[in-house]
Amino acid sequence: MFKIIKKKILAQSIKLMDVEAPEIAEKARPGQFIILRIDDIGERIPLTIADFDADKGIITIIFQEVGKSTRLLGELNEDDSILDFVGPLGCVSEIENFGTVVCIGGGVGVAPIYPIAKALYEEGNQVISIIGARSKDMLIWEDEMKKISTKLYVASDDGSIGIKGFVTDVLEDVLAQVKVDRVVAIGPAVMMSAVAKVTPKNLPLIVSLNSIMVDGTGMCGACRVEADGKTMFACVDGPEFDGHKVNWELVLQRSKMFINEEAMANERGGCKCQRQNAK
Amino acid sequence: MSTPKRKIIPNKHPMPHQEAGIRNKNFDEVALGYTEETAVAEAERCLQCKNNACMEGCPVNVDIPAFIKKITERDFEGAINTIKEKNSLPAICGRVCPQESQCEKFCTLGKKNEPVAIGRLERYAADWELARGVKIPQVPESNGKRVAIVGSGPSGLTAASSLAALGYQVAILEALHIPGGVLVYGIPEFRLPKAIVAEEIENISKMGVEIKCNHVVGKLSSVDELLENGYDAVYIGTGAGLPSFMNIPGENLNGVYSANEFLTRNNLMKAYRFPEYLTPIRVGERVAVIGGGNVAMDGARTALRLGAESHIIYRRSMEEMPARAEEIEHAREEGVVFNLLTSPIEFKGNEEGRVTSMICQRFELGEPDESGRRKPVAIEGSEFEMPVDTVVMSIGQGPNPLVQQTTPDLETNKWGNIVADEDGRTSKPGVFAGGDIVTGAATVILAMGAGKKAAAAIHEYLSND
Ligand SMILES: Cc1cc2nc3c(=O)[nH]c(=O)nc-3n(C[C@H](O)[C@H](O)[C@H](O)COP(=O)(O)OP(=O)(O)OC[C@H]3O[C@@H](n4cnc5c(N)ncnc54)[C@H](O)[C@@H]3O)c2cc1C
Ligand SMILES: Cc1cc2nc3c(=O)[nH]c(=O)nc-3n(C[C@H](O)[C@H](O)[C@H](O)COP(=O)(O)OP(=O)(O)OC[C@H]3O[C@@H](n4cnc5c(N)ncnc54)[C@H](O)[C@@H]3O)c2cc1C
Ligand code: SF4
Ligand code: SF4
Ligand code: FES
Repeated sequence: MFKIIKKKILAQSIKLMDVEAPEIAEKARPGQFIILRIDDIGERIPLTIADFDADKGIITIIFQEVGKSTRLLGELNEDDSILDFVGPLGCVSEIENFGTVVCIGGGVGVAPIYPIAKALYEEGNQVISIIGARSKDMLIWEDEMKKISTKLYVASDDGSIGIKGFVTDVLEDVLAQVKVDRVVAIGPAVMMSAVAKVTPKNLPLIVSLNSIMVDGTGMCGACRVEADGKTMFACVDGPEFDGHKVNWELVLQRSKMFINEEAMANERGGCKCQRQNAK
Repeated sequence: MSTPKRKIIPNKHPMPHQEAGIRNKNFDEVALGYTEETAVAEAERCLQCKNNACMEGCPVNVDIPAFIKKITERDFEGAINTIKEKNSLPAICGRVCPQESQCEKFCTLGKKNEPVAIGRLERYAADWELARGVKIPQVPESNGKRVAIVGSGPSGLTAASSLAALGYQVAILEALHIPGGVLVYGIPEFRLPKAIVAEEIENISKMGVEIKCNHVVGKLSSVDELLENGYDAVYIGTGAGLPSFMNIPGENLNGVYSANEFLTRNNLMKAYRFPEYLTPIRVGERVAVIGGGNVAMDGARTALRLGAESHIIYRRSMEEMPARAEEIEHAREEGVVFNLLTSPIEFKGNEEGRVTSMICQRFELGEPDESGRRKPVAIEGSEFEMPVDTVVMSIGQGPNPLVQQTTPDLETNKWGNIVADEDGRTSKPGVFAGGDIVTGAATVILAMGAGKKAAAAIHEYLSND
């Protein structure tokens, strides 16, 4: 069992949890993720390691309540426990002094971009961060991002905070003004594919794909993505890929795999008593 | 010892099964097991051959005539103890061993008649014991040495129990949240109830074996770190869990699963009880399972139980099909449709990216290939379209790569399998391996045999330390 040490509501439907997982905290590196299962009847869901503290033995996760499992997770409180918590999974981000790196986080994607931006910043890069959200009340971790960025831009769809517009609008401005050596973008697939469109092909672009997963160890192939025309498994070959080579159409299509069933899970099997009966 | 002359009964005593038309709608066990009377009667068919022909066919050398004799004497405790001298998971082997190509293949009685139903008798003895509570073997005092076992499939479990019985402190490290490997995520409930696997594993932990789930070796710790951090030896039993695909157009459409994903969702995550359990699965009206092995049969029979019309698509003929005869028979009885000499060449989908049909090609059999099976040759112009809602690719599995990738000095072959000798010794001192990770996808009992041999080799290695 993995105990929740701290819970914080960051924005509407976005929550942060510090989870006691000392072995994982010791091993975790930027770019990696965990898979958790809340209880005996739960799904295995992947979440990025938003931060880790080996000394305190803590893994921080930040998640948006989009469906049944993330909502049930959101109902847990400090001192509650999560049944299964496995990681660190996936490949580690490439962290070097590249020069100037633009780090883009969209929506809850700010959480996974944070450890990468932080590591790049500590490595001596000029980190230009662009974070975006639908509106002010959906924006997370502005202060944290500020601390580890040379420059931070904020964009919102409705203009309620920062620049009115998409993160890609800001990216285009930045690219026009500054010589950039690398772009790292994490967010909804639509956002990442838009970033891929505006990033010149000769500028390295790293994205982190959030495919649907089951085991996270390369055993099931649920997380298939295509990069450079080849089928790969996001959990073991990624989750980071060369954004110029990703088949974005496929990414968008596969994320809708269980759309009807998810709606059903939300309608039914929901109440706690039923869940207890299942055990 | 003289055996009284008895009239030979030519056929095995049938084992009761759930009726095909009923069982194809539920996930309960299909085969129901012998009653005491049938077990004794079947055991009496055994000729008690002096040459032990049957034992030759058993990879772990169970003393078959001896345990069968005890069943005739109604000494069921004696029978199970005899089996357990060689086989630590008899309730599982009695159910899933391919007996027709192992012990029963060599049975003397089988030359002119049906062989003795060794598997069913083994199952009877094991279930008899499970029903009464298993006696946990005495474990000697700890010898102070620690062994890490990577993977909790039949191979790792057997290595663990053998080492614990020798006084080692054993920890199993398992990537998934439940131990058992293919026994829990692959083989369906209707062939191997998960409660039985759980019980067998519980007995192994009662021997003092520590089972740490959610521990991915190669991520949370490397083999080298295990050796540095207090383990004196490591056994790798990580299995063949890497799904193969055909690399044909449309294979990444939604609704095209690997058999591993399809079966894992159902078995490990219990998607067949969705939405009570939260992991979803979608089958639609018609499912096509590509392949002809045991895995394909499990996929097809699972699809049937989820309410779909279920098809096997196999590019050779019935004769070449690698699945066990019994599984093919069960699948047929339950209503799985066999489309032989057929293989998909492309999948087509709708605007949402969901598979809606597949283009298939017909084959005919040509000359035998390296495997001795007649090679399928595509028939020009035979393409046809078959509407499908779900496709399950069951065309084989490769070795799980995580351990090899993070242990550079561990020798592997060109397919990525770990290279090990007969006794499981790898190229790396102190590191042993066995089961599917070494042999490629094989059988439960072979994986167990490898675990057992490696345990002996580990004992030798650590005794000479
Ligand atoms: C490597 C990785 C890292 C991730 N990190 C984070 C993170 O840090 N914070 C966070 O909030 N989410 C993250 N996700 C996404 C998260 O796993 C999903 O939001 C979650 O599994 C949804 O489960 P649910 O049952 O609540 O929703 P569901 O009911 O399963 O789904 C609700 C909606 O989300 C979509 N969806 C389902 N699974 C995914 C998925 N894996 N990715 C994208 N959309 C999905 C569905 O199509 C549906 O529209 C990550 C995913 C991956 C693969
Ligand atoms: C669907 C299906 C049906 C089958 N039916 C039969 C049958 O009827 N009869 C029969 O005899 N055989 C059958 N087999 C084959 C048989 O199950 C296998 O040969 C056997 O399970 C191999 O055992 P193993 O211990 O080598 O590996 P596995 O059972 O594959 O176990 C390996 C374990 O290692 C874990 N692991 C992998 N990588 C890591 C890592 N890096 N760190 C930690 N843990 C890790 C895995 O999660 C898994 O639990 C079937 C196989 C399948 C897939
Ligand atoms: S372990 Fe398998 S092969 Fe050996 S006797 Fe039992 S059923 Fe036969
Ligand atoms: S070969 Fe057959 S008949 Fe002979 S001892 Fe073995 S099981 Fe009995
Ligand atoms: S999640 Fe199963 S292979 Fe990636």
